[in-house]
Amino acid sequence: MLRILCCVKRVPAPGARINVTADGLAVDAAHLGFTTSPHEECGVEEAVQIAERCGGEVTVLTLGPPEAAEQLRYAASVGAHRGVLVPADGGARDPQRTAAILAEAIRRLESADGAGPFDLIVFGNESADSGGFQVGVRTAYGLGRPIVNGVKGIEIDGPAVRVRREIDGGFEVYEMEMPAAVGVKEGINLPRYPTMKGRLASKRLEIEILDLDAPLGGQTMVRLRRPAETVSETAILGHGPEAAPAVADVLESLGVL
Amino acid sequence: MISPVLAVLEHDRGAMAEAAREALTFGRGLAESLGAGLEALLIGSDDADLVAEAGAYGAAAVHTVTHPVLSDFGPEAWGEAIARAAGMLKPAAVLAGGSERGNEVMAQAAARLDLPFVSNCTAIDPSGADGSGVDSGSGEWSITRIQWGGSLLEDVRLAAALPLVTCGLHAVASEPLPEPVSPAAAGLEIDLDPALARTVVKDRVVLEAGVTLPTAPVVVGGGRGVGSAEGFGPLEELAGLLGGRVGCSRAVTNNGWRPHSDQVGQTGTRIAPEIYIASGISGAIQHWVGAMGSKHILAINTDPEANMVVKADWAVIGDLHEVIPAISAEIRRRHP
Repeated sequence: MLRILCCVKRVPAPGARINVTADGLAVDAAHLGFTTSPHEECGVEEAVQIAERCGGEVTVLTLGPPEAAEQLRYAASVGAHRGVLVPADGGARDPQRTAAILAEAIRRLESADGAGPFDLIVFGNESADSGGFQVGVRTAYGLGRPIVNGVKGIEIDGPAVRVRREIDGGFEVYEMEMPAAVGVKEGINLPRYPTMKGRLASKRLEIEILDLDAPLGGQTMVRLRRPAETVSETAILGHGPEAAPAVADVLESLGVL
Repeated sequence: MISPVLAVLEHDRGAMAEAAREALTFGRGLAESLGAGLEALLIGSDDADLVAEAGAYGAAAVHTVTHPVLSDFGPEAWGEAIARAAGMLKPAAVLAGGSERGNEVMAQAAARLDLPFVSNCTAIDPSGADGSGVDSGSGEWSITRIQWGGSLLEDVRLAAALPLVTCGLHAVASEPLPEPVSPAAAGLEIDLDPALARTVVKDRVVLEAGVTLPTAPVVVGGGRGVGSAEGFGPLEELAGLLGGRVGCSRAVTNNGWRPHSDQVGQTGTRIAPEIYIASGISGAIQHWVGAMGSKHILAINTDPEANMVVKADWAVIGDLHEVIPAISAEIRRRHP
């Protein structure tokens, strides 16, 4: 039976505009919902599909506020079996600290009851909000596991995991012996919606709590701000199909026609 | 003498990536603000053309690392090579382009060196001046990086014995020097553990030759307004006439009308065409950050207040199902 761990992050779900709080230290989420970062939502789906295909158990791990339990319950509603929350203290977070805490959490989970290493650890390629592109890599390195990012396809083949990564006009193939880790990208699958049965199961999920900490790293956020709006004067070329000659003129002036 | 800035040259089996040219261009600015030189690190190749191209973009010297385990790209092998080269060359900073590979190998290097890594930077002030122009004297760097794929900027302080950074993809336009320099190329002796082969590319599958979405000179995009998978036929036709490719929004992918590989956006492809023709796309943040690298944007939308229309250079107000065939017809009339 495969043991798969999936790490997820709770992030705001923005629409057309993202605002910043008055102190400049966070996204103003007063009018926003929260969601699982998109790559990681696909990571949970992929882990559940592998477990369904090959037989296995899916554990979802998150570092975040108490409300991040919602993301663990959502994962359970689409098929994950266990949910583990490492409560964040609300203080500064940076990629080094986050990765150190996650690696320690995984060590604890793996040493509990002599469970041994997870066969596969699934990260999102990067988070939708801070987008540091490193927590998965740092965590895997801390655990001594191989990791490949940008993964758009996973195939389990005995003790090995074969993964596909998109490149311009095709894909690359990597093959790792498990235990291994991957950073997956949206598009690897289309996540399912929770069923009624799944929703009921998620309500019964007993969330495991791990209290852990690690020292701050060398990168400190000073503030968030919105970039200067690029206000371009939009030239209206016309209304309806009559605008076609004006469009062709533009294409000719750019040398693409 | 201040140590040089070291730029990692991303390449794919000898073909230099645009992200590497951007890194060299960005690196020239960083080197200048440090009063330092710019040098380059070439991993898995000592190809003379790559060395010459690095010189065209300002590298005064190119350090090459060749080893049997570097026969193809591998994130762990590249990360280890960067970490070891940094230890030997003691640069003022190591910089790569903010591509998927660039961010991945720098994260690998940072993990190995146990140092911070600031990804996707748009501005770096090594004096730590935080915009005031006064050296803070702290030895920390003030950096601006992107969050939310570029919809927000984050100012950070970096305290590190060796700064490791990537510059945001398309945050600078690559620009060669007016006069290329001829860099000295020298091999670095680095003995890599053969076990690093565990994450080296095993195989490649080519699905399509020719113009692809990230490199297309014209992208014809469709959103929810297209209405169906079949509705993309006229967009395909227009893209074909212009030697371009069709792209789409996340709503389209979620509806199953197009494959995810056609998705333009934060979680899809970042495009940078000469012109992006965005039809029936409202322009949510998720889509905009994938499209904002376009040199020009033409929006076709029934709603003159749509975000994409407001941000476009040109717009046609109307139904894309009528406008797009009319454009194709006009092109055929001019170029029978």
